[in-house]
Amino acid sequence: MRVEMRIDGETAAADIDRPGESLLSTLRDRLGLYGTKNACEQGECGSCTVLLDGDPVCSCLVATAQCEGREVKTVVGAVPRPVRDAFIACGAVQCGFCTPGLLVSVADLLDREDDPSDAVIREALAGNLCRCTGYEKIIDAVHAAAEAMAGAPPVRAADATEATP
Amino acid sequence: MPEPARHEPNGRAAITAGAPGPIAPPSSEPFAAPIAAPKSPTPPTRAAGGVGTPTPRTGGVGSSPARPEAEAKVNGAFDYASDLSFPGMLWGHTLRSPHPRARLRSIDTAAARAIPGVEAVLTAADVPGKLHYGLIEDDQPVLSLGEVNYEGEPVAIVAAATLDLARRAAERIEVDYELLEPRCDPEEAVEAGDFFRYQPVRLGDPESQVPAAVVAREYVVGMQDQAPLGPESGAAVPTADGGVELHVATQWVHSDLEQIAPCLGLEPDRIHMAIAGIGGAFGAREDLSVQVHMAMLALATGRPVKMMYDRAESFWGHVHRHPARMRYEHAADADGKLLYVKARIVLDGGAYASTTEAVVGNAASLAVGPYEVEHVSVDAWGARTNNPPCGAMRGFGGVQTCFAYESQMDALAEALGLSPVEFRRRNAVAQGSKLITGQVVDAYDPDRADNGKPFSPLADMLGRFKDLPVPAVPAGRDIVDLPGGTGNTTHGEGVRRGVGYGVGLKNVCYSEGFDDYSTAGVRLELVDGQTVAFVHTAAAEVGQGHWSLQTQIVRTELDVDRVELLPNDTKAGSAGSSSASRQSYMTGGAVKAACEAVRELLQDHDLADGPVEATRVFRHRATKPMDPVTGQGESHVQLALCVHRATVDVDIELGLVKVVDLTCVQDVGKIMNPVALEGQIHGGSAQGLGLAVMEEMITEQGRVRNASFTDYLIPTILDMPPMRLRIVENADPESPYGLRGAGEPPTLSSTPAIVAAIRDATGLALTQIPVRPEHLTAHLGRQP
Ligand code: FES
Ligand code: FES
Repeated sequence: MRVEMRIDGETAAADIDRPGESLLSTLRDRLGLYGTKNACEQGECGSCTVLLDGDPVCSCLVATAQCEGREVKTVVGAVPRPVRDAFIACGAVQCGFCTPGLLVSVADLLDREDDPSDAVIREALAGNLCRCTGYEKIIDAVHAAAEAMAGAPPVRAADATEATP
Repeated sequence: MPEPARHEPNGRAAITAGAPGPIAPPSSEPFAAPIAAPKSPTPPTRAAGGVGTPTPRTGGVGSSPARPEAEAKVNGAFDYASDLSFPGMLWGHTLRSPHPRARLRSIDTAAARAIPGVEAVLTAADVPGKLHYGLIEDDQPVLSLGEVNYEGEPVAIVAAATLDLARRAAERIEVDYELLEPRCDPEEAVEAGDFFRYQPVRLGDPESQVPAAVVAREYVVGMQDQAPLGPESGAAVPTADGGVELHVATQWVHSDLEQIAPCLGLEPDRIHMAIAGIGGAFGAREDLSVQVHMAMLALATGRPVKMMYDRAESFWGHVHRHPARMRYEHAADADGKLLYVKARIVLDGGAYASTTEAVVGNAASLAVGPYEVEHVSVDAWGARTNNPPCGAMRGFGGVQTCFAYESQMDALAEALGLSPVEFRRRNAVAQGSKLITGQVVDAYDPDRADNGKPFSPLADMLGRFKDLPVPAVPAGRDIVDLPGGTGNTTHGEGVRRGVGYGVGLKNVCYSEGFDDYSTAGVRLELVDGQTVAFVHTAAAEVGQGHWSLQTQIVRTELDVDRVELLPNDTKAGSAGSSSASRQSYMTGGAVKAACEAVRELLQDHDLADGPVEATRVFRHRATKPMDPVTGQGESHVQLALCVHRATVDVDIELGLVKVVDLTCVQDVGKIMNPVALEGQIHGGSAQGLGLAVMEEMITEQGRVRNASFTDYLIPTILDMPPMRLRIVENADPESPYGLRGAGEPPTLSSTPAIVAAIRDATGLALTQIPVRPEHLTAHLGRQP
């Protein structure tokens, strides 16, 4: 079965030999698009989050066969530059395995809300596990990205630390 | 269908870090040549120049430059081990024992082999060399030999055209198991004399003391999993000379090589190993996983073979944090001074040795924490059972006992009518104090005596909470802020607030006489008129920011902007493991030493005449083994302290806990990179929170019941509170720049702080972690 879709703005076609093949598996193993990560294949971690026709989904739970003619955006095509910059500047990236999925979720959040509160951020990102950061700097990064996208000069996240010799 | 793109591992091109400004393109070939490891090791070096804040420099030590690999990571372009792809590549898969203990009567691979597209099916009979490996003791079979000793033990391996096919072929392998009764109770194993190590500590005479207050309790710690998001993965590529090239996500590539080569029956120089992108580690990548298996399959088929565990297999495919049963008795005199501590500590090492031996050493030597006490009797065991093997996880033997001794400190404070902080302050170790192993607490600033009393960094840290008030209960709270969150389980009735403290003491670097060293090569040369420093080490970047730190040290020491990191591989000398909070100290120290040597060479050399390079091996001061009978000995290199205060809200009717604040004071000696440091403290605190209230691998008679992220819960962003940090810099004069390892201590102290806060809210004793809702509601006489 041949499935055609648009992936990050480009037309792509995949020949699927199993009806249940997931979009994640198609992206990674068939098309060699490794930007989207696989950490559980069970819809539990959010590492594989992509936008499907603009909605965030766990690509490990979506059958490729359902994607005919649809628009898929991964970390490569879904994430505005200020969001990526904020993640780097705020230290929201450690091992980075959660990062592609998180960035897509953040892009989606900031598309809906231009200045989300902490509570809204937590609710929106509750499906994206990160084992490294404890999430503090991810929240910093979302605020910094929101500010940057609102046109304010990019702000570095406030230092929570005071060195006291 | 387009051909999958060939994915070059990150290791192929140097990671480039320019500061400031955009990232420079990868270096061209001639400059990316490895800096050879010296034939014979260079003499040990110490960090010259020692403590102190070097001149601040853009992108140097003390600043937080962008990570060299951050841009690739936010673009989805960073190649993790699971993203590797090679032309003609096969997929490997492991058949694992479904039984915790069984004899292998026979294995029939014929049906699996007959499937078209299956290229190899291998069992123990096909192991080319040594049949066992292991980090400390080589007792782990490459593939099961005659008997399986834990559920998930590898029995056979398959290589096939696709992962799917390899999995289906594995299902067709027929194994005839004769089931045996597993031994799953670690106490029984200890009684039967079946343990990896027993380590006592004896000091003074606890029996003849006359205490004013005594508290004796038993504590239970569940089995925690590191759960790094990146699964175990790697690729093996056969080479023309009959050797093999391995790309793998590992914490210590040289230790891997040492274990792999004999199993493959190859000389180490026929195996080239490069570290592939690592999606977190936390101890899970210390032991071998895919390494030998994928190499065997590659050598057997003559084709590249990739292996990647799925999440369930990952839970079986790496060791875990040791579950523990501990009985503690703490006694104090009427002045609130600790009189004696007795402890019986049983850690469950599971089926194979892994690092249990070293974990037991830590548990025993750190068994009472950072408190002065003159009479001690500690017995610590690492039992051998048919449970999943346990080994390294962040905190490494310090976590389990920390929960117990901190719980004891609270209980004893209460018995004495003292506040938890005051009781800890009265007993805090100070400059010149001795740990229970006789190790003198040194390297603190003796000039900071406090009213004639020696300076106590811990007392000082405890005092700092005065300026950090506990958050007030907000007036009209939104329901989602209460325990249960959007579950809408309460309107605030039955919700109680509690506050608790936890203190952790962790050793940094390898202890007990281990020859711990790291190697770094640094070359300075002109590239298109620009001075560029190339750095070559084998240190694993597991997410902690070590690559960034190397660039910072080089910028500070050599005053260059552009630093390029060569691939981390076995062409460099060993860097030791990215564990034990040691990499900043050890590889940081080696990079600094190599820079100092380069600087020396530059004094009578002009770069225009050619590059200069130096390779240095760095060692920390020697440590001693613990006495097998008394446990005495200066066994640790460096000690690091962290204190947490947790504030929680508990719905005491439903047993739901919400941690609303974590405040942390940590002594890091010297802040090397503020942003990365905060990230370590946040992340370590989160893993401690996980152990306190949710994370546990459940086993029943040796069978793992929750090998998935559906059933093994790790903290989400909704579970984590805001964290406030205060960083203290009590420099260690023996370490590079005075730094103290920082990654592990917060993992120790956040757990007991959170449990103490839940006790404060509920009045329950809570001696078992993780604390579950049913522990909080059992006294109500009904099941939740
Ligand atoms: S890989 Fe899809 S949610 Fe984890
Ligand atoms: S940065 Fe490692 S999992 Fe999030």
